[in-house]
Amino acid sequence: MFKWLEKNLPKIVMAPAVGLIGWFVYGFVLWTLYISFTNSKILPKYELWGFGQYEKLWASRKWLIAVDNLLIFTALFLIFCVVIGIILAIFLDQKIRAEGLLRTIYLYPMALSFIVTGTAWKWILNPTLGIQKMFRDWGFENFTFDWLVDREMAIYTIVIAGVWQSAGFVMALFLAGLRSVEDEIVKAAKIDGASLFTVYWKILLPMMRPVFFTSFVILVHISIKSYDLIVALTQGGPGISTTMPALYMTQTAFHKSQVGLSAASAMMMFMAVAAVIIPYLYSELRRENAR
Amino acid sequence: MQDSLKSSSYQQLEQKSKYTNMFLRWFLYFILILFASYFIFPLYVMVVTSLKTMEEIRQGTLLSWPSGLNIESWAVAWGGRGYGAGDTFLRPYFWNSIKMVVPAVFFSTFIGAMTGYVLTKWRFKGDQWVFLFLLFGCFIPFQAILLPMARTLGVLGISNSVIGLVLVHTVYGIPFTTLFFRNYYISVPTELVKAARIDGAGFFKIFFKILLPISAPIIVVTVIWQFTQIWNDFLFGSTFSFGEAAPIQVALNNMVLSSTSVKEYNVDMASAIIAGIPTLIVYVLAGKYFIRGLTSGAVKG
Repeated sequence: MFKWLEKNLPKIVMAPAVGLIGWFVYGFVLWTLYISFTNSKILPKYELWGFGQYEKLWASRKWLIAVDNLLIFTALFLIFCVVIGIILAIFLDQKIRAEGLLRTIYLYPMALSFIVTGTAWKWILNPTLGIQKMFRDWGFENFTFDWLVDREMAIYTIVIAGVWQSAGFVMALFLAGLRSVEDEIVKAAKIDGASLFTVYWKILLPMMRPVFFTSFVILVHISIKSYDLIVALTQGGPGISTTMPALYMTQTAFHKSQVGLSAASAMMMFMAVAAVIIPYLYSELRRENAR
Repeated sequence: MQDSLKSSSYQQLEQKSKYTNMFLRWFLYFILILFASYFIFPLYVMVVTSLKTMEEIRQGTLLSWPSGLNIESWAVAWGGRGYGAGDTFLRPYFWNSIKMVVPAVFFSTFIGAMTGYVLTKWRFKGDQWVFLFLLFGCFIPFQAILLPMARTLGVLGISNSVIGLVLVHTVYGIPFTTLFFRNYYISVPTELVKAARIDGAGFFKIFFKILLPISAPIIVVTVIWQFTQIWNDFLFGSTFSFGEAAPIQVALNNMVLSSTSVKEYNVDMASAIIAGIPTLIVYVLAGKYFIRGLTSGAVKG
């Protein structure tokens, strides 16, 4: 008995973690999947109902708006975070004075919660007392910046706040990537007459392909899951103009008590994340095994 | 041209481009400072707004300097006005968050250390698959587990309680903590462990005598990561708790959104800073470890 215990101790120690994840991650996802095929309202029902909830989901105007917003947000969020992140990383890489301080400033939003970020930007962007008033007081009397209350433009305020929060993170990833390149490569290229611009554009950035890939995966992941920021900044409004899938899911589940429908929306999100993550994990594992 | 450049040494080349360099450097600093102001702007606005009176807020602009250190809004944000019902303030929720964060960080870090240890030093058949099995938990969108989790907490009788949130954060922290410890321990030479095993040291003795003493950096990284994630969480907090048991982010959001009385932006900003200050302090004090956690395990939004 004691022998057996000693031999299997590592596995016994592993068991709680595996059991918890098996139950709370895999079991729960399967439960949600199952419920998405039932006609559950407030309480879960267990008779299968086919793809009804998915049909209902894709016929819902609110869900379509949510998906639309997600696409707009993801595209802009990605572009701005990556462009700003790369610019800052390259510029910081030029033996800058006070680099540590600047880095700290660029990255501190990452330490704040999306609720704090949303609260701050909501105040800054509010038309009555925020940026709009600031410019008007400065003499630009016709200056208008009321995106926060504009149905068409409100989604872009979420982009502004989201980029503010995450661009520094992309900067950190790229800076780490650039610093891992041998100095000799850059020196050799310069001696060959390459300008600094060419060095980065033709040599260093192409070498950063894995960093691009990682940033892409992480940023898309953040954007699919974005929830807190919208709650704090717009609550999905004005109207439902800034609804996103994560917000749709919780609202459908907990305010509208459409458990089956919200499970279907959760599964759509799950699939979207899986489509990005599985290739990523696969390539990461291959890289690790190749080492 | 090409040839002459090739033959000139690196130093000479540097010399030649001195003037372009000088212009470039000015441009460089200009852009860097421009972005720095974009990043610092909201924090500045939050701080000055929290120190103004409502009168000053209405008359001045976002950037205007407060007339004095008006810390009343801070006192209201933290301790309320003391008129009972409807008076929401952050103090009790701040403590909720502490009571939630401390055990959740401890348990998830401990479990992660153990699994990371087994996965690298007591390897068994199929351990890579077990790692992958756990790792996938880092990536799932939590919406896919929200509904069954709410029911489970209800069945266990710990919905709307700090204990429930401790459980939730511990469980969903395990994939990350495992990832951190596994990646750290994999670089520790296995010979050390093998030698200790030959000397008759057991599973726990090896962990506590050999691995734990060299684990300080990764423990710091993990604790900071978990602390930041759990402190800043809103989804779980808002779904599984309300009223008295809510953590601070939920309370902050409720406070800001409550439309009962006249909006007091100075109190809102003071509240936001109070909710953000613990993670901000950790970031400033241990930025290096914060960034390391971020770049090695950041997949969560």
